[in-house]
Amino acid sequence: MISDAAFWTLTVCLGIGTFLIRFSFLGILGGRTLPGWLVIHLKYVGAAVFPALVVPLILWPDATGGDTDPARLIAAAAALLAGLRGSVAGAILAGMGTLYLVQFLTGQL
Amino acid sequence: MTRAEAFRRGFLDCAPFLIIVVPFSMLFGVAAREAGLDVVQVMAMSVLVIAGASQFTAVTLLAENAPVFVALLTALAVNLRMAMYSAALVPHLGHAPLGMRALMAYLMVDQAYAVAVRTYEDNPGMPMAVKVAYYLGCMTLICPFWYGFTAVGAVLGQALPAGLSLDFAVPVCFIALLAPLLRSLPHVVAALVSALAAVAFAWVPWNLGLIAAAVLAMIAGAQAELALARRAARPGRAA
Repeated sequence: MISDAAFWTLTVCLGIGTFLIRFSFLGILGGRTLPGWLVIHLKYVGAAVFPALVVPLILWPDATGGDTDPARLIAAAAALLAGLRGSVAGAILAGMGTLYLVQFLTGQL
Repeated sequence: MTRAEAFRRGFLDCAPFLIIVVPFSMLFGVAAREAGLDVVQVMAMSVLVIAGASQFTAVTLLAENAPVFVALLTALAVNLRMAMYSAALVPHLGHAPLGMRALMAYLMVDQAYAVAVRTYEDNPGMPMAVKVAYYLGCMTLICPFWYGFTAVGAVLGQALPAGLSLDFAVPVCFIALLAPLLRSLPHVVAALVSALAAVAFAWVPWNLGLIAAAVLAMIAGAQAELALARRAARPGRAA
């Protein structure tokens, strides 16, 4: 359960922080350029954060009490394959569709 | 091109992205309700933050009882890429009035940024006022859909049967965000390091393992890029 205090602290700080990131150069820093070492690391933020977030969710889902669920592993692989073919919407459809298909075939749905 | 035409063109150029924005915002609404937020909280987050990946990140970590500062730090890290967008937009939009720049900063999202910068580079003669109108055209379409379908998801989500495994929508959305990023070898290296480190650090309290894994993976990606560049520059090996 998420407490109200935790939620509002997080949301307000995240809203302000995200705005400041977006406003940084456009609003405050003007034409200044980012240092090269920072740019080269920022390029990898997405590829560095998303797998670390997603792997525990797939390996140890809360919905199964933390037990590894083959249906979810297969569905995650299907979503990744569809995503690598270039379609974000396709990845979402492939992931959820495969999960339902495997659950249906194994009698879980 | 007049400002009205530029606005309309931006609007139409961003229309295809609704295919992503609609399911993604709806799933955020559903997932946030599943995590225990009420409709007002879900909407407040979508309006204050308008950055789906970081919203998913923040809600996921809060639901796992991570401390607020870990959830905040991770969600902000996810948004750091927008500092690059902000820098890239300066030559095109940097001379607009301060209030307009603040509005454009608030509305900055990945797809619209990518479309706008591509259009500006293809049309170097575009006057600044026209560029501003084009940018606003892009965002005017995406933003209301982002709010609207978050609300649809938040309201409908509770009506959906529990057997639909909607918890799985969260990792699926992250995978959908990740896949297009894996466009070079260093990106793949970063993603693999991130995945392995997340498993290795799963025991670390307060989800700090996530931050450690992300930092390691960023360094791995940057080092892989530098190593590839050095190899390409080596005499006799240059293409």
